[in-house]
Amino acid sequence: MTELCKDRGGPPAVPTDPPAEPRRRRERLPFRLAVPPVSGVLRPRQVAVSAGLAAAAFAVFCWGMTIGDLPIAVGDVVRALFGHGDPGNQLIVRELRLPRALAGLLVGGAFGVAGALFQTLTRNPLASPDMIGITQGAGAAVVAGLVLGIGGGLGTQLLGLLGGFGAAALVYLLAWRRGATGYRIILVGLGVAWICTSVTDFLMARGARQEAQSALGWLLGNLNGRDWPQIIPLLWALAVLLPAALLLGRQLRDLQLGDDVARGLGIRVQWVRVATLLTGVGLAAFGAAAAGPVAFVALAAPQIAQRLARTAWPPLIASGLAGALMVLVSDLIARTLIHDTELPVGVVTGVLGAPVLLWLLVRANRAGSGG
Amino acid sequence: MAVAPAGAARRARGLLLVAGSAALLLALVTVSLLYGALDVPPGEVWRTLLGDAPSARVDNAIRSVRVPRTALGVAAGAALGLAGALMQALTRNPLADPGLLGVSAGAAFAIVVAVGVLGLGSAYAYIWFAFAGALGAGLLVYVMGGLGRSGSTPVKLALSGVAVTSLLGSLTSAVALTEPEALDRFRFWSAGSLANQSTDVLLRILPFLAVGALIAFALAPSLNSLALGDEVATSLGLRTGRIRTLGVIAVTLLVGAAVAVVGPIVFVGLVVPHVVRVLLQYAGIGPDQRWLLPLSALLAPVLLLAADVAGRLLARPAEIQAGILVAFVGGPLFIVMVRRRRLAEL
Repeated sequence: MTELCKDRGGPPAVPTDPPAEPRRRRERLPFRLAVPPVSGVLRPRQVAVSAGLAAAAFAVFCWGMTIGDLPIAVGDVVRALFGHGDPGNQLIVRELRLPRALAGLLVGGAFGVAGALFQTLTRNPLASPDMIGITQGAGAAVVAGLVLGIGGGLGTQLLGLLGGFGAAALVYLLAWRRGATGYRIILVGLGVAWICTSVTDFLMARGARQEAQSALGWLLGNLNGRDWPQIIPLLWALAVLLPAALLLGRQLRDLQLGDDVARGLGIRVQWVRVATLLTGVGLAAFGAAAAGPVAFVALAAPQIAQRLARTAWPPLIASGLAGALMVLVSDLIARTLIHDTELPVGVVTGVLGAPVLLWLLVRANRAGSGG
Repeated sequence: MAVAPAGAARRARGLLLVAGSAALLLALVTVSLLYGALDVPPGEVWRTLLGDAPSARVDNAIRSVRVPRTALGVAAGAALGLAGALMQALTRNPLADPGLLGVSAGAAFAIVVAVGVLGLGSAYAYIWFAFAGALGAGLLVYVMGGLGRSGSTPVKLALSGVAVTSLLGSLTSAVALTEPEALDRFRFWSAGSLANQSTDVLLRILPFLAVGALIAFALAPSLNSLALGDEVATSLGLRTGRIRTLGVIAVTLLVGAAVAVVGPIVFVGLVVPHVVRVLLQYAGIGPDQRWLLPLSALLAPVLLLAADVAGRLLARPAEIQAGILVAFVGGPLFIVMVRRRRLAEL
């Protein structure tokens, strides 16, 4: 402003505000409603990023349902979803294609939010359910089931859930010593993760080639042939855990200030930590049970969302949407890349997510957003 | 000066730790030479080593199998321990492991391509492939982590490492899924093992390991300053960019050469530095890199050899790969150590 005036040769303008003030005001819009009694801070950029991700995810969600042995136009897909149009189309869309698309959406969202919770809790961008034993626990249980001939279908799902929750309980119990700090949870989680991985490796190396291949297919994360029995539990889990995550989000941010400050603000530190862990573990375990531990989503989606929204921590809603978008796009590629072959979706998430994250890292121009 | 006696006492305690670790490593080397699939009395092992073997079978078991295997365990273990400590210091992240630079993933990808696409069968052929893949991936991560206006920061380095690792991991899985031959070779290599390697292979990778270790030890004092944060380190007159470059080169050399031969055993490098930090805390020294690096290099092979010997003895006459047992042996031990103390954060 002042620079402009100087260039034009006019008298230097005296700024009435400190220059940071108008920018700050644009980045935060506090609001308080009388009815219902809700108050908070809106960050326009965060809202815009979430809206953009949601629109993209919905577009891919619908577009994915147009593709298959019988191509159906987008308009017909949307009509069929709401029970109009050609009965044949309705059957294909609602019985065959909707479950898979929904599975991708929900699994991606669950992993994204879980990753954001873990990364905020531990203040570590490398912390994700894949890092601290939860997905490894699920993987070890499922591979054991496959090699020993238990499981298949719903049994596999149940084993995955049990493994995930079992590993998480083990991590928390072992990390507990007059409270459990984020740091100790990470380190104990590493130990548990590696023990579970070594069990999986042992079973993979021992098993026959056929079993190893099907185990690998599950371990990579797969949406092939996902149907309502796999989706309903995940839907219920999300219905309970997503609101919980959002409620915890604000208290988690206050935890970033350190335990003592947070206590001073009236936050029950230990309780928030346990609740966050449980929520994150639940999301990750149900996600892994439905589709296997889809690689990289839980770690990358929150980081991508954080860099898009330019916040200091991973924004929960945007992380979930970024995860959903990641999985939906990856599944679309996995289904169409090689004719007549459906690759596991986890093969694509890494290939697709890595360049996006790298590009955002390279573009980051502030120390705060890049490092 | 009242500081000097304290410093001298600290040095004495540090040297005691080093001596203890070295003794432990020597004990494990002895155990690794004495025990295996074939029962040989200790006296005969000793005589065989001196070149007076009771039979050709014993001679073969000791000198062509156990000696190279033990030497490889010491070399690879030390390399992984050093690389892990270095990686955690460079990224200032306790979750950093030697595989974080994408080095293991690069090696794995190169092996799968060599076996699945090019149809190479022998270990000799694909070791160089693996090494080339490791170097390529390390370079890619480093370049990616340093691009952009803010240059190379610890978090960017760590995240670009994760990104490249998962990218290569996905490609590896894709090849392994479509090529059954590659999957077979890959699942045995990826479990990680010290078996079936000759002294010849070890001698080929030794120069790389030596250069990597020299760079790592030379960096130790600078890493102490780096731990205070980049700004402080810069104001102390350190060139943080150059330190990170050298560190990445050292890690790539150490891990690339080790992983190419023994497979992606990363747990050792991840956990041993944490164990050493706890020990240093007990000794009242604190996380001083000048002690941390040599102690990690001494204690990491202890864990690797222990896992290897356990794998040989548990399933005789077959064996369980060391890479699988490393976490089984080290994981619980690590958890106990984490529980025992308030940990020093990095």
